[in-house]
Amino acid sequence: MPYKGAKPVTPFEIAFSWGIVLFLLAAVFTFAFSNIEYGWHWNAIAGYRDKFLKGWVMTLALSGASLVMSLLIGFGTALARRSAILPLRYAAALYVEIMRGTPLLVQIMLFFYVIADAFGVENRYLVGTLILSLFSGAYVSEMIRSGIESISSSQLDSCRAVGLSRIQTYRHVIVPQMMRQILPPLSGQFASIIKDSSLLSVIAVNEFTLSAQEINSYTYSTLESYIPLALGYLILTLPISLFSRSLERRFRYET
Amino acid sequence: MKLELLGVSKSFGERVALADATLDETGFRTLAVIGPSGGGKTTLLRLLAGLDVPDSGKIVINGEELPKDEERLHLYRKSIGTVFQAYNLFPHLTALENILLPLTKVQRLAEAAARETAFSLLERFGLLPQAGSRPAELSGGEQQRVAIVRAIAIRPRFLLFDEPTSALDPEMTAEVLELIEELRSEGRDLIIVTHNIGFAGKVADRCIFMAQNRLVETGSLPDIFREPGTPLLSAFLRKVLKY
Repeated sequence: MPYKGAKPVTPFEIAFSWGIVLFLLAAVFTFAFSNIEYGWHWNAIAGYRDKFLKGWVMTLALSGASLVMSLLIGFGTALARRSAILPLRYAAALYVEIMRGTPLLVQIMLFFYVIADAFGVENRYLVGTLILSLFSGAYVSEMIRSGIESISSSQLDSCRAVGLSRIQTYRHVIVPQMMRQILPPLSGQFASIIKDSSLLSVIAVNEFTLSAQEINSYTYSTLESYIPLALGYLILTLPISLFSRSLERRFRYET
Repeated sequence: MKLELLGVSKSFGERVALADATLDETGFRTLAVIGPSGGGKTTLLRLLAGLDVPDSGKIVINGEELPKDEERLHLYRKSIGTVFQAYNLFPHLTALENILLPLTKVQRLAEAAARETAFSLLERFGLLPQAGSRPAELSGGEQQRVAIVRAIAIRPRFLLFDEPTSALDPEMTAEVLELIEELRSEGRDLIIVTHNIGFAGKVADRCIFMAQNRLVETGSLPDIFREPGTPLLSAFLRKVLKY
């Protein structure tokens, strides 16, 4: 953030600076790729455009559903961690620590092959979304918890004094302020979910990464398969990050 | 207004915040609670506001005993107005929205009626230009005045103030005190915890002096100022009236 009174940056300065950055980036990659003397076969993967697109859309759908579910799970867990009922509070704490302390890959395997199997759930897309939501929900709950706790006790006193009920206090005072506060980390979390969803390829969920892996094995064109993969993820994560920053600006107010 | 306390005590863990307070005050309009910091004034006010519940004893206001269960306390709080030292307003809402929230959500007024009430009060107290501003854009004095407007908008049975000016500079203190003075001259019932002895003397017809977590003395203000009955009060008055 430029400090107050700083000279405004001109459009020319912006364009010029970006030019330098992109040029340097391009130079490094050009040098690196020219060194490996790779024979490019872009034609080989051209026929798989649809497969890329399908995988990409699947990743987007899985991640979107997981974001919504992890918000619900996160909010529920954050409330449980503040609950007066001790077993509920401990269960929530244990859940958060286990999900944050173990690799997603292990969670996916365990959940899909053991737990989901035992309960007779076979739809791997459903299970995949569920695991991703549970994994991400643990992180989201910590964001929400700190968001709730950042609201001063004097505000909560005011809520009680004017006669707001507990639910109204959440609805009209806590959640609106919390949403503004957690929006930046939450959008970062969405970007994480999008990238983490690539691990669902291990249980053969046909998302973006698995599509690229399959195309690679059909064509033996590794870089041609994986470079579009990287770009495909960037197309999703970059706008999210820009969007979050614009929201942050819009919501900013001093406390 | 009538306020009775019967052996009211409150502790927070090991710390005694209010010890065995007993009082019977009848027929006052404005009651000032004065005394040194940490003397139990805010504890008493929070009990009167229904924000905390006494460990023992009972509080009777205008013949009605304050309930101890949260459900009925909630109803009680809806019927009175409480203004704290600072940070009363919700930072994410404008001055107008701060006033509307309790009106529409707690008192269940229709949006149009609530807006009418809010605007007429804002206008009366010269706060119309600030209606669309968030608390961060208001001065401390303006924030407190909006908080007071929010409290009176619901037509409370009486108003409680907990050191409403102690976070303000002298100029802002004056504008808030003028507003409180105006409420008093309208004939509203007020209980004010205050550091400002001069103001207490001006508005209050009865006064409670609290120190060391006890009610030490009560009386009409001129009387207890002229002839303090306890060494604690005379020491306190000597200190505050020195400057």
